[in-house]
Amino acid sequence: MEYLSTFDIITTTFIQLWPTWLALIILVAASFAFQNQLGLYGRLFDSGVGIVGVLIVAFWIFTAIFADIIAPFDPLDQIVVMKNKLPGAIEPGSGEAFLFGGDKLARDVFSRVVYGSQIVLIIAPAATIFALMVGISLGLPAGYYGGKTDTILSFLANLVLAFPVILLFYLLVTPGITETPIPYAMAGLFFLFPIVFFVTLFYTRYKKRVEVLWIQLAITLVLGGWIYAGLVFNADPLGIISIDPNELNIFVAVVFATSPAVFRIVRGLVMDIKTRDYIAAAQTRGETPWYIMLWEILPNARGPLIVDACLRIGYTTILLGTLGYFGLGMAPESPDWGTAIKEGSRLLRLYVHPALFPAAALMSFVLGLNLLADSLREESMKD
Amino acid sequence: MRSNNGADMVTFFLKRLGVMVLTMLCLTIVVFSLVNLDPNLRKLSISQTNMRATDVEIESWLVNNGYRDPFIERYGSWLGLWPRQPNIDQKTGEAVSRFKYCDDPTAPTFSGVIQGDFGCSTKFKKKVADKLVPALQSTGWLMFWVMAVMIPSALVIGILAGMREGSRMDRSLSIVSITSTATPEYVSGIFFTVIFASWLGWLNGSAATATSKGITFYNFALPVMTMAIYGMGYIARMTRASMVEVMTAQYIRTARLKGMGFYAVIIKHALRNALIAPFTVIMLQFPWLLTGVVIVEIMFRYQGFGFTLVQAAGNNDIDLLLACSLVSVIVVLVTQLISDVGYAYLNPRIRVK
Repeated sequence: MEYLSTFDIITTTFIQLWPTWLALIILVAASFAFQNQLGLYGRLFDSGVGIVGVLIVAFWIFTAIFADIIAPFDPLDQIVVMKNKLPGAIEPGSGEAFLFGGDKLARDVFSRVVYGSQIVLIIAPAATIFALMVGISLGLPAGYYGGKTDTILSFLANLVLAFPVILLFYLLVTPGITETPIPYAMAGLFFLFPIVFFVTLFYTRYKKRVEVLWIQLAITLVLGGWIYAGLVFNADPLGIISIDPNELNIFVAVVFATSPAVFRIVRGLVMDIKTRDYIAAAQTRGETPWYIMLWEILPNARGPLIVDACLRIGYTTILLGTLGYFGLGMAPESPDWGTAIKEGSRLLRLYVHPALFPAAALMSFVLGLNLLADSLREESMKD
Repeated sequence: MRSNNGADMVTFFLKRLGVMVLTMLCLTIVVFSLVNLDPNLRKLSISQTNMRATDVEIESWLVNNGYRDPFIERYGSWLGLWPRQPNIDQKTGEAVSRFKYCDDPTAPTFSGVIQGDFGCSTKFKKKVADKLVPALQSTGWLMFWVMAVMIPSALVIGILAGMREGSRMDRSLSIVSITSTATPEYVSGIFFTVIFASWLGWLNGSAATATSKGITFYNFALPVMTMAIYGMGYIARMTRASMVEVMTAQYIRTARLKGMGFYAVIIKHALRNALIAPFTVIMLQFPWLLTGVVIVEIMFRYQGFGFTLVQAAGNNDIDLLLACSLVSVIVVLVTQLISDVGYAYLNPRIRVK
């Protein structure tokens, strides 16, 4: 078996990632060129921390997008001679190197890390968005109305928060549970929130301008209903949107575990904002409560919410990794980082590389998001 | 003002206690219904009989052992509000102990959580209490050392960073704490094992010997470090934020203008007020640590609470899993209470209402 030298591994990896570098260069150039017109995003480029955060997050986004071009091997292909080979081993068939070595099932660790980013970068942000939708839709009335609404919703949120995450996952993401209707019922409930949210959003604003309203409602309902049918009932008439039952299960469990925390933040923000003068003004104008919540309070709470969303994507990534680490939900051959870390850590005393690279990938992505959130917080506080 | 607080405190505690009991009831009902889902019961039955059991055998095992009794009765008997029924031997028709290895009674008795009986672990073939108490002790030691490492280092980092906002020390320490919050246990565990166990050989990559031969630096440093790192950054960030706020306060400037030294001001005036916010954060950190405990105990093969929880969940060991969830929920709720009360006690501006 021939091996590349350490220097060659680094340069080849660098070259292999060329689509990512190209996209990054374009992004950075464009960002600096139009920095003044880009608002909050543009101001991220004023601080070193912000630039590093954007670069790391963008690096992983582009790597996930261009995974097919970057990865030299299929993430599931087993090439027997490459079993547990050290980084830089050259695969005899194609002459290409296993840049990060081979794992115990003789798959290319580099390609798996690259493809793993796709899974992580789809599920984590999507689950966070849904959790935000659920948390916002319930946190707004709890904070605004107070009283019984608040007591009941807060009790429910605290109930979920009192549940240790890991126990929740063990109960909700077992293979047995996909045989029951529970994940589908929960998905049916959670995925309803975005549709209801947007319908209320447009209705409260445009109910007097029917000609605008019906277009918006039609778009929301058709688009929402389409995604809803595809995700919950796996019955997308066009066959584009579908989700594996295991992934749906993970998705639902993550949304379930994350949304109470969002709820608490939104509730706190609303209770603070509703004492402001412009809310009193809107109430005097005779605006409906939901108009005030969605069009007066929510836009003014966006700063902390954006920062929180950023941190929360990172936290969701960690949660996904935890699920993978315990072998819950994901298929055992899945290239996602958590599962790869679990598989690699079993042989850690003998071979380091199968666990080390996915671990570094996961850490760098979360670090990027945390840096981004930190610098977003700094920048939005300057207002 | 102070004289009224006694009665207020009592009602406050009673209210909190009521909510806590209600939360525990709700959560145990949820856990109870989830572990009793049909696929889970079948899994239990298969593991308790044999791998090739037929559907009929599985069903008869479930019926004989009372798993098909009405939900309310079974939950009631777990709680201790309904008598626990013995099994009926099908050949002789006599009442026999349900789980012989736990000395379950042969007559109906009220024996549930309220009476202090947590039931029988089907996986470990012993009473839940006999399994859980030693496990909790082991985890207690782990938690103790994690706290002993994490809290002082987090506070020191936070205070040093927040002392002079925007200084070079602040920026570099902030990067350190942000990095640590981005490193979950299963990542730092891998890095530390690779560095300290595989390459340097200074530390043991397994804490399995800690249960049998006692805790040493050699077998315990890695799990403690791994767990402490993830929580540390968050507490340090909170301490820093709180410190920064305190340092801009008028009384700090007054003390400085009086001619007090910078470090004397920090120790005498700033610290006490800066540590209020981190205190609540540290308390609320406990539930987080529970997840960490599970990961670390699995990773380093340490037989504590987390290890037991995974075994219970993996084998659908109903009584053990219920006891585990009860313990973790109590930990979460009690730390929340301590955090609220402690916050009110430490902060003179807030009194319990």
